[in-house]
Amino acid sequence: MTESSTHTTEWPLWEVFYQPSDGKPFEHAGSVHAPDAEMALLNARDTYARRNEGIVIWVVPSDQITASSPEDRGPFFDPANDKAYRHPQFYSVPRAVKKRK
Amino acid sequence: MSTFDTIPQTRQEALVEILLRLADDRLILGHRLSEWAGHGPELEEDLALANIALDMIGHASALYEYAAKLDNKPDEDFFAYFRDDIDFKNIALTELPKGDFAFTITRQFLFSLFSYFLYKELIEIVEEEQFNGMLQKHFKEIKYHLRYSREWVLRLGDGTNESKSRIQNAFNELWMYTGEMFELDKAFEAAIEHNLYSDVTKWRPEWRSFVNSTLTEATLTLPDYEQYMFTGARSGRHTEHLGHLLAQMQFLRRSYPDAEWK
Repeated sequence: MTESSTHTTEWPLWEVFYQPSDGKPFEHAGSVHAPDAEMALLNARDTYARRNEGIVIWVVPSDQITASSPEDRGPFFDPANDKAYRHPQFYSVPRAVKKRK
Repeated sequence: MSTFDTIPQTRQEALVEILLRLADDRLILGHRLSEWAGHGPELEEDLALANIALDMIGHASALYEYAAKLDNKPDEDFFAYFRDDIDFKNIALTELPKGDFAFTITRQFLFSLFSYFLYKELIEIVEEEQFNGMLQKHFKEIKYHLRYSREWVLRLGDGTNESKSRIQNAFNELWMYTGEMFELDKAFEAAIEHNLYSDVTKWRPEWRSFVNSTLTEATLTLPDYEQYMFTGARSGRHTEHLGHLLAQMQFLRRSYPDAEWK
């Protein structure tokens, strides 16, 4: 354990996702090292699913994930800042609809 | 006082004896696994072994608690901390020092596979509700221990030259300790009569052929000797290793018998 961080042949990294319950979207839990996919699944279970966190686990090789870069943050996300109408809360519920409750 | 070779007379005595035998195997092997904490070959394996250790110690604790209730003993700690090595009924396989990772994996595979067949049978036959419920709960964890250890047998066997020779050596070394799993003495026979234990000799060939097919898949060889099998640990004649293990495991509880978690 103490030496593993200096090994040149370190196991590949896997990203772990779990589904909290039926129908819910998968959430990112963290990552594990493992020699292959099956062991990654077992390691993910032992690391992240010991407290009844979910019902299904996905593991994905970390190098297979394409991520946006920090520089993308502006162009990707800022344009949404002043577009409050994209949120449902922007709209008030008509009185007739409210009454039906 | 040793319970050396006592024969249970009643159904309840037979049950207590079975509970203690199952629990002792699991406590001692669980303790051996716990010795990996902080020493695992990778952080992830460190966690995996610690998890299995916790599972097994948990199984032992539940079994002891039930035995204590039936046998009018104060609690589960009585069995874990206040008996000497001659009173422990675990098989020698579980008490051998942890060895290297291959040795630990091999032992876990052989033992978890045995537990798998045993619990599967017991769940079918045991009538005591509390005991059966316990077995069903633990069976799920045993399946996981088997899957984990089997996957590692395959990878170490079909891995590098070094991993292959280490795990083959582990199988060769441990094979003589597998005989005890299938021994039936008077106490087991009494329990079998009461539907409290399984006739393990019936499914021994099935156990062996599962080991064999895993070894073949892992490009390893089943040790080809049956001539000498270690025996005696179940009735108190342990290897020298158990005493050392108990000294470490029990000293705190014995030095401070009234200590409490605050």
